[in-house]
Amino acid sequence: MITMENVCKSYKVAKRNAGMKEACKALFRRETETVKALSDVSFTINDSEMVGYIGPNGAGKSSTIKILSGILTPESGNCLVDGRVPWKNRIEHVKRIGVVFGQRSQLWWDVPVIDSFELLKDIYSIPKNEYINNLEELTGKLKLNELLRTPVRQLSLGQRMRCEIAASLLHSPKILFLDEPTIGLDAVSKLAVRDFIMNLNKEHKTTIILTTHDMQDIEALTRRIILIGKGRVLMDGTIDDMRRLAASNEASDAEKSLDKIVAALYQQLNIL
Amino acid sequence: MKRGISLYFHYISVIIRSTMQYKMSFLLSIIGQFLISFNVFLGIYFMFIRFNEVKGYTYSEVLLCFSIMLMEFSLAECFARGFDGFSSIVRNGEFDRIMVRPRSPILQVLGSRFELSRIGRMLQAVVMFVYGITASGITWTLSRVITVVFMLIGGTMLFTGIFMIYAALCFFTLEGLEFMNVFTDGAREYGKYPFDVYGKNILRLCTFVVPYTLVQYYPLQYLLGRTESPYYIIYPLGTVFFLAVCYGVWRYGLRHYKSNGS
Repeated sequence: MITMENVCKSYKVAKRNAGMKEACKALFRRETETVKALSDVSFTINDSEMVGYIGPNGAGKSSTIKILSGILTPESGNCLVDGRVPWKNRIEHVKRIGVVFGQRSQLWWDVPVIDSFELLKDIYSIPKNEYINNLEELTGKLKLNELLRTPVRQLSLGQRMRCEIAASLLHSPKILFLDEPTIGLDAVSKLAVRDFIMNLNKEHKTTIILTTHDMQDIEALTRRIILIGKGRVLMDGTIDDMRRLAASNEASDAEKSLDKIVAALYQQLNIL
Repeated sequence: MKRGISLYFHYISVIIRSTMQYKMSFLLSIIGQFLISFNVFLGIYFMFIRFNEVKGYTYSEVLLCFSIMLMEFSLAECFARGFDGFSSIVRNGEFDRIMVRPRSPILQVLGSRFELSRIGRMLQAVVMFVYGITASGITWTLSRVITVVFMLIGGTMLFTGIFMIYAALCFFTLEGLEFMNVFTDGAREYGKYPFDVYGKNILRLCTFVVPYTLVQYYPLQYLLGRTESPYYIIYPLGTVFFLAVCYGVWRYGLRHYKSNGS
């Protein structure tokens, strides 16, 4: 179970005007602005739930994922994941979670995928049998057979993403964080990734938290949606709740595409 | 600990395999390393010309001092120079990945970079070290051998500490700070001569600010038979406190890690 209670996190952002003169000035006196990434975020996610976590760019999605995975320490508030405080028991915590950052690779760029997997086996101290079983299962389901012996830099984005997902599941984590896993993928890869995530949740009861801007991902995968904007949770419900919320202010047809509904919602909530 | 070390070598082996992917570049760097090893002998020849008697230290004493200092530095460099690349790891967000893996960040940072040239420089240091020891004309008693071993351990800890501080500062500045090289490569150069030849103030600076003298000047006095006090044997191990302070700075930086935008 994942609980977040009144979590706050802010960053200092350096500001200056354009130009060399300004850059020199900033060496001595730097203007900083404090940006609240998260203010008072609370929610609870049960075991084996699949939750879509959406919001416009800069809403605080990544910050939330980073706090839940033990990368960042919040200023205030509590956060418990299966009874662990992520940033305090970091090592114990990360053994039991998997994280996929869609925009960043976790594989070693210049060696065949299987070399990366072997190294991950050592990093996570995965027992031999578990590793062999997981590898076999993931290879079958994500169709990695042809890819394992190819260096990562020569994979297409779709192929690489399948390998990334496999890499984060080798140690059989109970919770999986997916940060924009379908970004930039073609239709075929997207569907393959979606299907796989769906099955993972069904068969292994893995808790999955998914951030994405692709509303079709959300529609296909998740029953529950948490909408965040300007660091606050604005809605926690189903897709239908979201439709209703969008329709309540705007007397328009409910048959609009999801993207339009979400765009209207962002506008309406004034979180862009 | 044992698993940590075997994991470290697994990391290094992946890096070397990565280098091997680029066949031409790998071949050239192997040839380069081979040439460097030859260079070692040239280097030693020029050493002969460069070292002079200074302030009561004979040529062979200076040579001993330098060869030990070089060995200390090279040991630290071979294993801990990975901290050098830390600024880019922090800046491009690769550190997030390190944080979500169940291993000490230090081990992962050290395992993230390895240049073949380090092996070449290590080889160079070994040759110099063996030469310096044999040419010193010292009667090697057990206590003196122990002193040298402690110097190597202490010196490795000292330079590892400096590399670590260099990396820890990146948590705050996000940039590598070139001036820090004064404390690493610079110290190796100045450390050719026992620190007292530079005068009292430098000697103090190199004891109380960064304790180089603990692994060079003081134990050297014992090696050269200028003191009989057994304390001088264990002085090098004092650098463990320096390393502890460096580790503290690193931990402090780690807690203040801010990650980046996306």
